[in-house]
Order: sequence, then C-alpha cells, then structure tokens
Amino acid sequence: MNKTAKLVLEDGTILKGKSFGYAGSSAGEVVFNTAMTGYPESLTDPSYKGQILVATYPLIGNYGIPKKKTEDKLLTDFESDKIQISGLVISDYSYEYSHWNANESLDNWLKTNKIPGIYAIDTRALTKILREKGTMLGKIIVNEQDTDFYDPNKDNLVAQVSTKEIITYGTGKNKIMLVDCGVKNNIIRELTARNSTVIRVPWDYDFTKEEYDGLFITNGPGDPVKCEATINNLSKVIEKDTPIFGICLGNQLMALASGAKSYKLKYGHRSHNQPVLLCNTNKAYISSQNHGFAIDNDTLSEDWQPLFVNLNDDTNEGMKHKTKPFFSTQFHPEATGGPTDTMFLFDDFIEMVEKNKK
Amino acid sequence: MKNSTYKSTLKNLPKKVLILGSGALKIGEAGEFDYSGSQALKALKEEGIKTVLINPNIATVQTSEDIADKVYFLPVTPHFVEEVIKKEKPEGILLAFGGQTALNCGVELYQTGIFDKYKIEVLGTPVQTIMDTEDREVFANILREIDVKTPQSIAVTNIEDARKAAGKLGYPLIIRAAFTLGGQGSGFCNNDDELEKTAANALSFSNQIIVEESIKGWKEVEYEVVRDKYDNCITVCNMENFDPLGIHTGESIVIAPSQTLTNSEYHKLRALAIKIIRRLGVVGECNVQYALDPYSEDYRVIEVNARLSRSSALASKATGYPLAFVAAKLGLGYGLHQIKNSVTKTTPAFFEPALDYVVCKIPRWDLNKFNGVSKEIGSSMKSVGEVMAIGKNFEEAIQKGLRMIGQGMHGFVGNRDLDFADVEKELTNPTDMRIFSIANAFNEGYTVEQIYELTKIDRWFLEKLKNIFDIHTKLISFNKIENLHTELLKEAKIRGFSDFQIARFVLKSDENDISESLLKVRKYRKSKNILPFVKQIDTLAAEYPAQTNYLYLTYSGTEHDVEFANDGKSVVVLGSGAYRIGSSVEFDWCTVNALNTVNKSGYRSIVINYNPETVSTDYDVCDLLYFDELTLERVLDIIELENPKGVIVSVGGQIPNNLSVRLHTQGIKILGTSPENIDGAENRQKFSAMLDRLNIDQPRWKELTSIEDINVFVEEVGFPVLVRPSYVLSGAAMNVVSNKSELEHFLLMAAKVSKQYPVVVSEFIENAKEIEIDAVSDKGKMITYALSEHIEFAGVHSGDATMVFPPQKLYFETIRRIKKIGKQIAQALQISGPFNMQFLAKDNDIKVIECNVRASRSMPFVSKVLKTNLIELATKVMLEVDYEIPQKSIFDLDHIGIKASQFSFSRLAKADPVLGVDMSSTGEVGCIGDSYYDAILKAMLSVGYKIPKKGVLLSTGPVRSKMELINSSRMMQEKGLELYATPGTANFLRENNIEVKTAYWPDENKTPNCLELIKNKIVDFVVNIPKNLSEGELNNDYTIRRSAIDFNVPLITNARLASAFIYSFIKIDINELSIKSSDEY
Repeated sequence: MNKTAKLVLEDGTILKGKSFGYAGSSAGEVVFNTAMTGYPESLTDPSYKGQILVATYPLIGNYGIPKKKTEDKLLTDFESDKIQISGLVISDYSYEYSHWNANESLDNWLKTNKIPGIYAIDTRALTKILREKGTMLGKIIVNEQDTDFYDPNKDNLVAQVSTKEIITYGTGKNKIMLVDCGVKNNIIRELTARNSTVIRVPWDYDFTKEEYDGLFITNGPGDPVKCEATINNLSKVIEKDTPIFGICLGNQLMALASGAKSYKLKYGHRSHNQPVLLCNTNKAYISSQNHGFAIDNDTLSEDWQPLFVNLNDDTNEGMKHKTKPFFSTQFHPEATGGPTDTMFLFDDFIEMVEKNKK
Repeated sequence: MKNSTYKSTLKNLPKKVLILGSGALKIGEAGEFDYSGSQALKALKEEGIKTVLINPNIATVQTSEDIADKVYFLPVTPHFVEEVIKKEKPEGILLAFGGQTALNCGVELYQTGIFDKYKIEVLGTPVQTIMDTEDREVFANILREIDVKTPQSIAVTNIEDARKAAGKLGYPLIIRAAFTLGGQGSGFCNNDDELEKTAANALSFSNQIIVEESIKGWKEVEYEVVRDKYDNCITVCNMENFDPLGIHTGESIVIAPSQTLTNSEYHKLRALAIKIIRRLGVVGECNVQYALDPYSEDYRVIEVNARLSRSSALASKATGYPLAFVAAKLGLGYGLHQIKNSVTKTTPAFFEPALDYVVCKIPRWDLNKFNGVSKEIGSSMKSVGEVMAIGKNFEEAIQKGLRMIGQGMHGFVGNRDLDFADVEKELTNPTDMRIFSIANAFNEGYTVEQIYELTKIDRWFLEKLKNIFDIHTKLISFNKIENLHTELLKEAKIRGFSDFQIARFVLKSDENDISESLLKVRKYRKSKNILPFVKQIDTLAAEYPAQTNYLYLTYSGTEHDVEFANDGKSVVVLGSGAYRIGSSVEFDWCTVNALNTVNKSGYRSIVINYNPETVSTDYDVCDLLYFDELTLERVLDIIELENPKGVIVSVGGQIPNNLSVRLHTQGIKILGTSPENIDGAENRQKFSAMLDRLNIDQPRWKELTSIEDINVFVEEVGFPVLVRPSYVLSGAAMNVVSNKSELEHFLLMAAKVSKQYPVVVSEFIENAKEIEIDAVSDKGKMITYALSEHIEFAGVHSGDATMVFPPQKLYFETIRRIKKIGKQIAQALQISGPFNMQFLAKDNDIKVIECNVRASRSMPFVSKVLKTNLIELATKVMLEVDYEIPQKSIFDLDHIGIKASQFSFSRLAKADPVLGVDMSSTGEVGCIGDSYYDAILKAMLSVGYKIPKKGVLLSTGPVRSKMELINSSRMMQEKGLELYATPGTANFLRENNIEVKTAYWPDENKTPNCLELIKNKIVDFVVNIPKNLSEGELNNDYTIRRSAIDFNVPLITNARLASAFIYSFIKIDINELSIKSSDEY
C-alpha cells in the first residue's frame, strides 16, 4: 500500500501519485472519462484496450467489485471477461468499499488482473492537459521500473479483443449475426432480450455468405481503418437489403465501407453525459460515449445521411441509409455504464429485422 | 445580466408575466426561493418580458429594484393575487418558483377559475400535474399505472385483518393509527407477536389502522429532473442522504453525487425519474425522492415535487447548472437543446453535469432557541438553514461543512464540550448532534460495524469518518509541529483538517493560545509548501474550456485552475454563511448589494460564502465566487492569492464581523470602519465606557463572575434583570429573570454556554419603547439614517418585534435625541459604513442598548421603504468613491412600512410559542401601506394571520395587558365576533361592560373549555398573553398556546401587537387595502 508511483506523459509531464492495484509499470494511450459511476463496466469495456484511463470523478472504488455471476455465457455486471484498460489514474481511492453486491475491492481486482492503478493525482489538471494538447501516450511507473511508451493505435487492437471462435447466445426467433470487434456484453444482452439468437463471430469472419435476419457491427478499440477485413465484408452486404445496426466502431466501419472518411478527435468523447440530437427533429438524448475517432459528415456518400449529431461539438453521432434498413450510432445505446435513454434503438433494429423477414 | 448580447429566439412570448414568491422564510421554505425566483425573473427579463412579482418578503434580492419590473409587497394569497391580476393584466403566470406557498395559492386560483376568468396562461408545469403530485392517492395510482413502486399499505379495522395484511406485505411493517396527530399509536413490528401488540395499541387510538411496509433504514436518494415541451429530459444531479430513510431530507446530511450506488442503481433510478416526469407532464423542473433497499435494487418512490425545491437549489449550486433559470426558459416554450449552458456559453443546456468533486450539505438547527422542543430529528423538518461544502474527497467536504455550520465546531473531530451521557442512545435516536456522537463513539472504541447496526448509515460513510478519526489519533501522538511528518500533515490537510484542529491535536493548545498556535501551524505548513489549490466548478469536469467564476479550494491538487490578477482592483466581500435564527436572507441582500456596488464602482467583486440558498452565490452576481469557508484560515488563503484592494466585513452579519480583528492583525486591509472601532462596539466594556465618556445613558449593567456579586447588583437595580453573555448576534442564552430562584437556575446554563466571557447582568426596563436606527456614516459623520419603532415594548427581541417605519407614535423630542446620540457614536467610533443602534425610550428618557457596526437585519426593509439603498451608499463610503448624500428623510414619506415576523412553531413540536428576549422567528415580511392600518393588516396577513370571522379566545395576562386590550375587545364584540375568555379575563371584561363567554382552563373539566374551542375551530383567533416574562409559564397557558399552533388557529402572545392587529382588521376591510406596487409609493 502507498508505494509511490508516477504517470509520465509523452510531452514530458510527470505527475506523482501513489500506487494501488498491481505494483508494476504499464504504458498506453492516456484518455479521460468524466463518468461518475460505472468503473467495473468501463474497465472491462474492450473499447479501452491499450488505454490508460483517467477518471475525472475523484472518488473511485466506493462500491467495490461485484461478484462474478454468469448468465447465458456472459458475466453479469461486467462488459467482458477481464479488465481491458492498461492502467487506471484517479484522485482518491476508497480502500474501504461498501455494497451488497460486492465481494472484492477494486485494488484487489486490479492486482489479480495485473493492472496498475495510481491515485492522489490531480486528475483535473491532467484532463486539462489532455484537453488542450490532445490525447497522448503515457506510462504508469511503479517502483521506478521504467518502461517504453506504447502506441496502441499502431496495433490491430480489434484483433486482440475479438472472439476467436463463434459463440451463440439466446434462443430467440431473430437470427442476429454479430461481428465482434470488441463487443460489450450488454449489446448481446439487449439483443437476446428482444427475441434474438446472437451468433457472435470474429471481426474478420466472412459472414457475407451466411444466412441471418440482421447484422450487428459492434463497438471496439482503436483506429477503424485497421479493420480492413470487416470493412471489406461490410461493403459487400450493404449492397443487399438485410438490416444492419452498428454501434461506435460499428458506426465508423459502416461509414468507411460506404465510402466516408474517419478522423481522430483531439481527445475523444468519453463520458455518460453527451447530448445528441436526432437530426431534423427536436428530440435530444443523453448518451454514453467512448470513442477517439469520428466520421466526417461531409464525406458521407449520397446514399447515407447523418442520423444523430453531437450538440456539444456538432460531430457525427450516427448515420442511416436513405432507403435501406441500415443505421448506426457513434454513441452507446446499450449504456452500461451510463444513461439508458436510447435503448429504444434496439427495439427499432429488431422491428426492422422482423419487418424485413416478412 | 452580464450577457447583454442575448437575443430572444421564440415568437409569441407573453408580454407580461406574474411570478409568485414564497413570502417570509420559514422552516421548510427558506432562502432557496429567493434564489429560484431571482433566476426566473432574470430569465424572463432577458427575453424582454415585463415581470410582476408578488412577494411580501422585503429582505429578498428578488424584490430589489431592477430585478422585477413591478414588485407588490402583498400576501401570496388568492385574494391579493387576484387583485394584482385585475390591475396588471398579465398574460402568463409562473407558480413553480415560490415554494409550496406559491403552488398552493396557484392551485386555489386555478380551481376557482381565476386564470380562465382573466385569460392567464400558467407557464411551465400544468396545474393538474401539480395537483396530481400533491394528492397521495392519485399520485400512487398514477405511478402504479406506469409500474413504478410506492410504499404499499393496507387500511384495516381489526387485528385479524392486520395479520392478513402483514401476510400480504411481509415484515418489517409499520402500523399507524389513522386520523391522529403526531404519530400517536404508531410503531414498527418485525413479526406476528409484535404486530398484534402494536396493532392493539394503535386500535386504542383509532378504529382504523394503516399497515404499511417499513422501509426505514433504506437509502434515501433524490434526482433533479428537467423536461421540456419536446419531451426531452435530463437529470441534473442525484444526491444521496447520509442518514437513511426515517430522517427528513431537510434534516439529513446530503452528498452529491451519490457515493454508494452502482452504475446499475444510479441509472435505474435515473430512468425511473424520467419515466415519472414524462407521465406527469412536468415542463420545467421536478424532484423525485426514492428509498433504495441497501441489500438489493428494490426501491420505492417516496415523493415527487413538481416545482423548484430546496433540493433543486442545492443541485443547482452543487453542479453549477442554473436549474431555476433554465426551468423558467422551458416554461416559455424553449427546448433544452435550444438554451445555452450559461457556464460554458458554447455547449447547450441539454446535458447532464459531470462533477469532479463531491459536495456535502449539512443542516443547521437552532433548537436551543426554543423552550420545550425535542432535540431529536426525524420525519419532520426542524432545521433553519444549511451549508454546502465542496471537496475532492468526502472527508474534506464533511469537515469543511461541519465548520461552516457555525456553532463552534471545528470539523468532525477536535470539538470541546461534547459529552454524550449515552452514546448508544444518541446513535439510535439521532438528535441535532448525531454526527458528533459518531466521533464520540469512535473515541469510545465502537467499530464501524457497531455504529452501522445502531445508525444504518452506510458503512462507506462511516469508514470515511473513521479515517478522519484515525488521522486525528496519529496527530495527537506528536507534540511538536516540526516533528510531524510532512506526509501526515499533507494527508491531514487533504482530509479537511483545519490549522485549528492540527494546532489543537499537535500543540495541545487551549482557548488561551489557540489563536496563536493555529498561525504557527499555518506558517509551518506554508514553509513545507503545503498549500490549497483553487479549482473551478464548470459543470463538465474540464471536458471543455469553461469561463466559470465559480471556485473552491482543495488540498487534492497540484495546480490552480485560474490565474490571479494581483492588481489590487478587486474587493472581497464576506457573505453571511448559513441562515440561522437571527441571520438570514437580509444579509444576503446586503451582500448582493455590496457586490453590485463594487462592480459599479469599477472594481472586480469577489464573494466568499457557502450557503446554497443564497443569491450571492449565484454565478452572475459577482466576478469571482469562492464557495468556501469563512474561517480565518480560508479567508487568508484566498486573500493571499487574490491580493485585493481590501475586504468588506460589514454586510454579511456577525460571522464576517467577528473575523475583522483577526484579519486586521494579519495585515489584511479591512474597508470601512477600522477593526479596533468595530471591537469598540462589540466589546461590552469598551462600549459602555465610551457611552459613559459621552454622557449617553444606558441600562445599568455589570459583568460579573460570582452569584454573590450578582445578588449584590440585583439588590441595587431590582428585578427583573436581563442576563446574557457578550458577543452574540441574536441573544443566544439570553433571558429575563424575575426572581432569585429563576436567576440562579438560569445562571448555571448561561455560565456553561460562555466560559470565555463572564455573565452580563443588566437592569431590565419594563414598558419601554424600543427604537432602532439604521444608518450610514463616513469617517465618523452620519450621512443618513432611518429610524423605526417597535410595536411591542422592549423585552421582545428586536428580530421578533414588529417594526414601524417611519415611526408613528414617537415624540419629536425622542427622535431628535436619538439622532443626536447616533451622530455622537458614529463620530466616537469613526464609523465608515453601515451601522445599527437600538434604544429604549420611556418618557423621553433614551438609553442605548447596543450598537452594531455592520449592516443589520432591517437594512433591506428601511432601504426599500425609504427608497434609499443604504448598503449601496455604505459600500461607496467603504470604497471611498463619490456618492451623493441622500436628501430624503423619514418626514418626507407619504407611506408606512411594517416589518412583521414569521414564526415556524408549527414545525417545532412542543415548543412554547411565546416571545422573549431570545429570538425565535425564522423570517419576516415588510409591507407598505397608505396608512398604518393598511400596512399592518397586509403584514399580518402576509405572515399567515387570518381575520377572525367567528370567535376569539382571550386570555390577557397581567393587568397592564388587560387594559391594553379593552378597546380592541369591545370593537371585536361590536363587530359581531363571539368573545370567549378564561375566567379572570372574562371577569375583567365584564367589569368593563364587554359581553363575553367564560372559557374554562384546559385542566378544568367544564365546558366550554379552551381546548375544545380551539380544536373544534369555534374560535378562529387566540390571544394569550403570558403572565410574566420568565420561563415556567403555567401549564394551562402553554397548552392553550400550543393547541392554537397545532390546530392552526392564529395566535398572538403580545398585547400591543394583538391590539394593533385587532384595530387594523376592525378599522379597515380587506377589500379596502391598497393594491400598489412599490414604485407607486
């Protein structure tokens, strides 16, 4: 307990703090998230693969880590089977947790998963650096054991987090092909809860010749251009008429497959309070987000139109095909963590699927 | 508004809108509505809409010039609102900004068709929605329709059915007797045996009992939800109560955001809140309160408030999101996405604030002010104010907050004189000292688990408190500050320990050397570079750049968010802290006006304050807001960073005033009267000696330390005498005693309260008039003054007395002499700025009671009646900028102002509603009239009195009061009111040829009995004058007074006030009262 640790950024900034969790060093891309709840969910979100996560909310660990329970092959209360982040940076760690559903501390969980944490950091000051200079590489150094900087965006992170085998969930009537680029458990839960059987396939699996009622492209980490195989497959199926729904990276991959361009945001959107507007309406929703790349609305091809727009910075938050049952969102309707306001999009998708079957 | 470039984008806006205020501050309805109303008025003004405000609370900011276009100081009741509607012809009305008072009035107007009659649109939430949420049953049914759970209950009439009900609902249960007051016959039960006993007991009180599932001990969580007309919804904030269910949220420590809820719980309740607000159709803001099972995700909805509330004011300050402002815009028809976030100025109001800090609200009680009231806290609200503390961790926030409360506490630990005879009892049956009993329990070796079992406070909070206790334990193992590890010192500061606490623990300082020691700690700490950092509250956790001026300090940081100008062109104004009896919204008005004047005079205004109910802590009233402590330590921290031109300590009441000398000693420039001279007025010895030097008369007094000396002194001046400690604001522990045994009894208590200061005994002059002046002086020259008289004779605290301005019944000679004394004292103390003096006058003999070299409670009242802003003038004096000497005098006024007090006895079960030298009112109103009776009737109706229509119960006490009330009794009889009187009073009235029925004393077994007259509402007005000024009133009189309060029958306990009220309603009909806005006078 209380070993000193430091966070070193690629611009030379050094922030000193105290170590908790695993007492080893680690490197990655440093990103901040402004959510006030949901650390078990965030830490297991595969979209954070390769990233050191900074929590702007200062008190972390309060309610511990939930018991591990499995329902339909998925861990409840978590978004994947393990911690996906490379390191956690916070202000104040609650060594004592309290919750009926908890059975271990965050500290312990990080230790077991060999993920370092650092607390007593001015995370607001750090966030301002990231906001002004943009997301950058960094490393958590514990016990002066230095390590090299590591740029996760150079790797194919999706290949690292995607399933290696085909797994089937649920027994519903609608057969949903789910291309796993780093799927969050709750996407699968929401689909199976809506009378679906989900066939989860690897990111580069060639699903184009398979039979299914609907196609789902999941969220995932890193630069979308790395997912060439998925993009190629998608460009084939958008010639057909079977419904497609993409979330986050899924939104970007569908855009790339249809000819649009993606770009890296300065510091991304990672929070539970992002406002999005359904285009050409007065309907606005609070959404959960976690992405570093976005689609350039100006590059959308003729057949596509923006579906949602971010009210803070006018960036693309989703798109839809003008005539076919294809749509996608940059935000996370499945939430966990975060607000559940746009859960209805899963209903919309299943409705499309069912309509298309007739 | 600072944002002058604003352009309205909505068409078809109403041209004129009426807003209802909340009236006088009372328990449960306090300063938060000044904040919400002011914000709403600013929001409308920005749209170019003409605004009309009805609010008799003259001390509020919202009733100041330039906020509403027209202000009516009239009661917020259907009669007066309709009259104003007739006159002003507004097109729209806002009901959600004036608390329950405005809401109730609005519902009544709606039900009687007034809005339809005058074609007025209710803006925002529809009245039907409000009515749905107010009716428990309707509300529960609506929630049931949308599958939202409320506490389940079944009404039964026998034990057998109770058992069946228990089978359905499951244990634990609560049994309540129907139709009883104060929870008689109710109790908890965990099994069939207990159920039978409790049910049998309850059935002995009532033939119907309610069997209800018990959710006592569940977590209490609130959400503030906003909805626009497009059905877009956000939750601005959630909050978790530290105290579990069973303690009113107004009585609980509250943390924002929630700390012990998982993502799943947080968002489950959030989604439910949105579902509820959509079903109800609220347009604007609404508050949803939940009980959450600490062992599952099960929940119940306890309450929904379809209006701005205390919680929404807190949420607004906690997040920086201007809820009331936005709610007003939504009422006009904007969508949330169409309004800008006024903090970032770039992002929209449609978002949910992300906090990167934690806030802690702590209630402030003043239960010591009341005789007979229970100290236990529970399901009804008794607190009179609150504070909000901001920190990066819970320990920091709670320790700051406990200091802010301002009752001599220094944090969670390090408080003296806290002995709990029975800690376990204290933990199980919480009182206003609950949090300190936890510290005590740790000290006695209780574990977190044991305390949890007794309190059901979530272990997370208890662990954090334990952490504070453990750091304290580490600190006391050191004796020298130099030996303290820097790490530990830093950890202590991060966990909210003040230099005072550290001095007490490490240096073992006592009262004599603590002031020095804490500066020693400060110096050492600074030498080790352990310093606080200034952080912004920006609504979005630094995600986007924000131009926010909303700041706090923390030790969990490595850099400041802001740069400091250091140009000497700023002025720091110290605010008033928590509202309490004796210091509330009036000092906020003073603070806001000082800030405005600082701005207008070309300086940047900086305010330090921590009260979430205030306007002075709004984002748009100053250049910089430090939402932080008003302790020497924190004020020095801020001043050292800001290097202002100086500090204004004279507009925020006693808290800043008390800091003046210590700040001055540290070399801080105090603007206005020099701290030595402030002390010259505060220090009784110095002040008295000065009066003697000036040949100004004062009641004889002595500062004494032994009973013998006191007896000798009392021999000399005679009973009654006034006994009190020095250096207090509202006369805490002050009392009048009439005989030797009372004196001795009281001395034990008073001596215990103020060890530092000896007891002061003064001659008490009966039947003397009390007169006050509020004035401004420049370098010893009094440049303007306002003189007012009290209706009650001296002996009623000036904060409780009814004030008449300009005075109507004083000799010119008296006025002239008082003015002269005021000038002499201003000169002697070289006053520069505001001051207030109180005098006794009897037969033209004038005696000085006290002088406060600061703004007073009555400054806003006299400023608004006189239409000369005394605080603006005083601030100009303090800033040494040009001003014009006001030429208006009290003789030029064609109108009369009456300031009347609001009491909250109905909230304070068992408290004796009698007035004395200790202040007990929680608020006040000020009404203006063309005549004395016009003004007084409006004022009395504004504080809740009603004109009697049926009968009056008189019990008029000593002969002098009996005489006082002869004429008014006769007038009531002539008017056709049935008079009842207790035997002695009845005889007296009959002797004076007044027809009266005898009402027997409560303990007499005869009819008509006083109690039945009150309970059955045969009388609708009670006058009960205590027989003497001391405690220990006869039980019968107490029972009459308390019953009047409990059965909501208007009660007056002062003969002169009773007489004034009776004259006014006899002489003038309610329909003849003038309906004039303040600018028409």
